[in-house]
Amino acid sequence: MYEKILKKYPPDQENLIYILHEIQDSNPQNFVPEEAITVVSEYLKISAAHIHGVLTFYSMFSTAPRGRNVIRLCESPPCFLKGSEKILRKLRDLLQVKIGETTKDGIFTLELCACLGVCGNAPVMMINEDIYADLTEEKVEKIIAEIKGRA
Amino acid sequence: MKFYRSHLLIGIDDSSLQAGVKEFETALRNELAKHNLTDEINILETGTLGYFGTGISMLVYPEQVTYVNLKLEYIPEIVSEHFLKGRIVHKYILDKLSSKYDFNYQGRIVLKNSGVIDPENIEEYIGTGGYEAWEKALLEMKPEEIVAEVKASGLRGRGGAGFPAGLKWSFTQPLAAEQKYLVINADEGEPGTFKDRLIMEGDPHKLMEGIMIASYAIGATKAYIYIRGEYKLCISRLRKAIDQAKEYGLLGKNIFESGFDLDVEIKIGAGAYVCGEETALIESMEGNRGTPRSKPPFPGVKGAWQRPTVVNNVETITNVPAIIKNGAEWFKGFGVEGCTGTKVYTIMGDVSMPGLCEVDMGTELRKIINEFGGGMKNNRKFKAALVGGAAGVFLSEKLLDVKMDFNSLNEYAAVLGSGAILVMNEEVDIVEMLWSVIRFFRHESCGKCSPCSNGNEILYKLINNIRNGEGKEKDLDLMLHIAAVMNDTSFCALGESLLLPVKSAIENFREDFLQRMK
Repeated sequence: MYEKILKKYPPDQENLIYILHEIQDSNPQNFVPEEAITVVSEYLKISAAHIHGVLTFYSMFSTAPRGRNVIRLCESPPCFLKGSEKILRKLRDLLQVKIGETTKDGIFTLELCACLGVCGNAPVMMINEDIYADLTEEKVEKIIAEIKGRA
Repeated sequence: MKFYRSHLLIGIDDSSLQAGVKEFETALRNELAKHNLTDEINILETGTLGYFGTGISMLVYPEQVTYVNLKLEYIPEIVSEHFLKGRIVHKYILDKLSSKYDFNYQGRIVLKNSGVIDPENIEEYIGTGGYEAWEKALLEMKPEEIVAEVKASGLRGRGGAGFPAGLKWSFTQPLAAEQKYLVINADEGEPGTFKDRLIMEGDPHKLMEGIMIASYAIGATKAYIYIRGEYKLCISRLRKAIDQAKEYGLLGKNIFESGFDLDVEIKIGAGAYVCGEETALIESMEGNRGTPRSKPPFPGVKGAWQRPTVVNNVETITNVPAIIKNGAEWFKGFGVEGCTGTKVYTIMGDVSMPGLCEVDMGTELRKIINEFGGGMKNNRKFKAALVGGAAGVFLSEKLLDVKMDFNSLNEYAAVLGSGAILVMNEEVDIVEMLWSVIRFFRHESCGKCSPCSNGNEILYKLINNIRNGEGKEKDLDLMLHIAAVMNDTSFCALGESLLLPVKSAIENFREDFLQRMK
């Protein structure tokens, strides 16, 4: 099942991060599973340990299943100044999860992240590929309800 | 070419996209069509117009007025009043603050075209004189002449450290190697910094032109743009720019029949602050964990795949075309002695108009905050500015007249850093802000060396104690000591970075810390 992705890239180590990105994006649970590591390791002829090292180094990768929608709330100083802690409390209340956890229905995973570069509109979060800025508690409630409605 | 009586520039960036700018644009087109104005009024998508927190913005030429916070329901009124009858709808235009916000004051080398041209159309860039410098460099100049010109211009790296760009190139230029590389550091991760994103979104071809000139100057036939994965709009615009440049014969094999080949590739990062460090970035590009390498050898001699590699920041390279076109002397007309040119700042926090500006190096911080940031929001009192990102310094009111350039800031033991200015009002507690800064570094420390990984852990524990009211005054001295040891002994700049925020917070705002110990 990973062949289609692998075929796009020559078997060079420099393509490892690309391949991992694609595998994760194509996984319905937003993570890179153990069996993928084996397949990629054989294809690129690098050790599984190396791949594991890379996967756990970068914050965008996950080796454990996540929700369909990964919420990444920025916790860097500019967002912190603009009330990201309040937004975090709201998200925890709404979703009934702790940081790093996935909701029981598998719709959301709540994560914290470093600066997303949208600081003029802090506080900011990213849900999958989309940026949500100028967050307020009311706005967060609406966003979560909307995504839930779509699920 | 068609003649339009009016041009409408709509700023497309992350915040306007989120506010529904695409939907707005479609509705506006439909409304114009309804009034048969399609042949008279031209709509152009451009990069950010430089305002933040203003939702959808639209700049109208020739009147040069900017509508902000636009909503779908305003369209009929604006079209019928302004575009049909020629009466500006004043209630929707940028309020009186805008009179303070004078674009003409800004030097605007780097951002000259941002918010003016369509970034997705190479012809518009060429129409502003774009790619003339590339032609001049390739056909009329020798690589060493380009390096000499950039050296003479005094251009210093805009990523944070301020290393002279021409000098960096001069280490790599004379090396005889089978393959050399140019790497553009677009992994903008310093909290509060988003200048490179706006440069790439607003004028990707200017970065491309800079890449071409720099590659030729150092003899690199392959250039990489290492960009963070979150910058989707930048990535798509850069891809388009590369394709267009290839189509126009500006990239590829035997460019302008000069015998010079150049290929540009985009590399996408995966979220690690430490990858802003050039050797860590190279490790990441090669498909490894992004931990820094031991220096020397410096990347200029042994970099990517052990070949000579120059790593430059986006803003640095974007200055290059203007230097080559107008000469080093012209460039030195901007800024101050020893620190030439302009600098792009991002201003955010408790100011009226968060946004970005490009001003001469050496402009006073007070002026930047008051004129370009629109002053303090709701007329609150200024307390502090964190300048240079998380790795920056907390400056107090009495330091507001500091001139913003590498040299003057050094006098205050501060760094210009990446150009981020986070403004805080009187209500902000510096203990909380420093806690947030330390939490950031604790998370981003890569774990390679113990001074950084252990030091961050200790600092985090100490600041938590203070935050919880369990700290003692001697803890402040201990924090300063730990940060100083980290600065002296860490493997890379990440661990060295803590000293400035910790020291400046404690020295300039000691009262806030003591308050927690009562």
